[in-house]
Amino acid sequence: MTPHLQTQANFGVPGQRYLNAYTPGDDFYEALIDSHRGLDDAQSQAVNARLILLLANHIGDLRVLHEALTAARQGAAVRPATTTTTATTATPISATATERQP
Amino acid sequence: MLSTYTYPRYAYRRPAELDAPDTLHHRPVVVIGAGPVGLAAAIDLAQHGVPVVLLDDDDTVSVGSRGLCYAKRTLEILDRLGCGQPVVDKGVTWNVGRTFFREAEVFHFNLQPEPDHCRPGMVNLQQYYLEQYLVERAMALPTLDLRWKHKVVAVTPLGAGQPSGADLPGADLPGATLPGAGSPGALIEVETADGRYTLQADWLVVADGARSPVRRQLGLDVEGKIFQDRFLIADVVMQAQMFPDGASERWFWFDPPFHPNQSVLLHREADNVWRIDFQLGWDADPDEEKKPERVIPRIQAMLGPDRDFLLEWVSVYTFQCRRMQQFRHGRILFAGDAAHQVSPFGARGANSGLQDTDNLAWKLKLVLDGLAPDTLMDSYSDERVAAADENLLNSTRSTDFITPKSAVSREFRNAVLTLAGEHAFARALVNSGRLSVPAHLTASALNTPDGAEFNSVMQPGAPVADAPVRQRVAADADGVGGEADSWTDGWLLSHTGGRFVLLLFADSPEALDVATLQALQPLASGRIPVHTVLICSQTDSPPAGTTPAGCTLLIDHQGAAARRFDGQPGTAYLLRPDQHVAARWRWLDAAAVADALARATGQAGPDRGPGLPGADATHPAAAAPAARPTPAHA
Repeated sequence: MTPHLQTQANFGVPGQRYLNAYTPGDDFYEALIDSHRGLDDAQSQAVNARLILLLANHIGDLRVLHEALTAARQGAAVRPATTTTTATTATPISATATERQP
Repeated sequence: MLSTYTYPRYAYRRPAELDAPDTLHHRPVVVIGAGPVGLAAAIDLAQHGVPVVLLDDDDTVSVGSRGLCYAKRTLEILDRLGCGQPVVDKGVTWNVGRTFFREAEVFHFNLQPEPDHCRPGMVNLQQYYLEQYLVERAMALPTLDLRWKHKVVAVTPLGAGQPSGADLPGADLPGATLPGAGSPGALIEVETADGRYTLQADWLVVADGARSPVRRQLGLDVEGKIFQDRFLIADVVMQAQMFPDGASERWFWFDPPFHPNQSVLLHREADNVWRIDFQLGWDADPDEEKKPERVIPRIQAMLGPDRDFLLEWVSVYTFQCRRMQQFRHGRILFAGDAAHQVSPFGARGANSGLQDTDNLAWKLKLVLDGLAPDTLMDSYSDERVAAADENLLNSTRSTDFITPKSAVSREFRNAVLTLAGEHAFARALVNSGRLSVPAHLTASALNTPDGAEFNSVMQPGAPVADAPVRQRVAADADGVGGEADSWTDGWLLSHTGGRFVLLLFADSPEALDVATLQALQPLASGRIPVHTVLICSQTDSPPAGTTPAGCTLLIDHQGAAARRFDGQPGTAYLLRPDQHVAARWRWLDAAAVADALARATGQAGPDRGPGLPGADATHPAAAAPAARPTPAHA
């Protein structure tokens, strides 16, 4: 089945070209973090919830939204708790390199 | 601690000025600070034949662990200064960067620039080697007077008759009444072991580093913010290969098991030295953290128990992101860290400092020779302030990603990292440092706007892309023998720089029409000469026809120059001495070239000011696939 969710880099203003591919993504990320500036955790959670609802309605297509919800939950489910691994159990870095194609 | 490097000691010499204390010691240019930026400024000016005095309060190169990564543009500038090859030979070229989050690698990237550039994307080399090569070059230049253990104790601006100098504090200081105070410039009081003397300079270049004693003494503001974080640098000597197959890579960890909740960066340097950079947090005690009994266990935790290493250097640093409001104050020009400071993520410190001097030297030469107005130096400040803002923006963003300052910021950062393994869009958002790239000076008043469509990002203000070419090797130096010339592989960039150059694209010399030949004729003999480089698409060696007198003929045997510049027969580019595009046309018109040359040298006519589109990033006129790679990290 062809996925409906766009997971390739997609930030930018239509018609504009960027000298560095990372610039529009960095523009968005900075604006996102800025939108939380000065808020406490509860306020930030409220901003995030409102943002998700606004964007979800804008997307509208339930196929896209279902795929996004699934992808978001999958990653969070396998995510480890904050690690407190000590030095003695650390893996030597040469063993941690797993090739993954970008 | 072990040292893999023996610091050279350069000899102090008693200055002749001490023998004539009552004489005014006048110099056209004095440069303060023999770090990479001051050395580059002095070398560049001396290569133009300008007599330069370079003052430094020390007698050796940079001690300890400082600048490390030198980007492609820096290597190209160093090539022009005669130091590119030793840096590349001694340095470590790397292309692969890996990013880890907690236990696992989330992705890796390859900086490998598109093929067919002379210089690689990035070379790692300890700063002391770079300085040593620059010092060796500086000492070989006859008009460069490099003075070790000459400490500047006071600078007094001489602002008379200089509107731009009126803002300078100190313009009314006692020094202004000294002999020579009527002409603009600066008095520089210098202390040596044998006593003090004073130089009067027409122009002063200040490259005395982030703390810039001269900037402070003049009371000039530098605005920005301090990041509340501390980082530990440990340089270790290690014979073992860290990376698969002995490759050279850059590894970056977010929140690794061996250093929880913080970031760690690993770089390879020359001489089997490895740079490890641990984020410590603001509360860390810098004195405690520097102790070997604290540092060694951290490194053992990272490398595993079986790897032998020796500490070469340890320091704890903080950093600021800030810049001066303007880099020109009257006849005093600030460059490098003295003018602007960024976080180390992205290697935008020394790399931007060398672009400062690249921009400064040719302009100052023209002003000194009376070929351009004093106001041309305003464009140094304008162009490099715009570049500094781009560097500040990118390095601040990297810092905010690497060291999130709030719970929600950390949550988003970690969300990006957990998505990055699977989803391409998230990999693009991972920001562990955006590699230093040269500034595209697209908003500069020195540019002539395009009058035609071009399918290339080499727009006015852009740094020129390199390309492989074939070049002529004369059969005999005096040019009288009957033997045919031979042809050899070379690079386009090596035929540009140091002077204004006109790149003219053609099938062959034979294909040039009469009007073009007539337009070329006056260029080389103008007040400000323009050297013509003819780029031929015809791949015969030699191409048909006679090369016009005084022109350089290059063969674009792979078509790379034509692709990168959208060079069709007749296309012409006017390049500044710092290898940035000043103007481009679809056909050669002598009047248009003269006009663009006047504008690029600050002699703009009426109705020509700034007002071109902004500097960052958007280029609606350039509709082609990017001609340059867009490497994402440093």
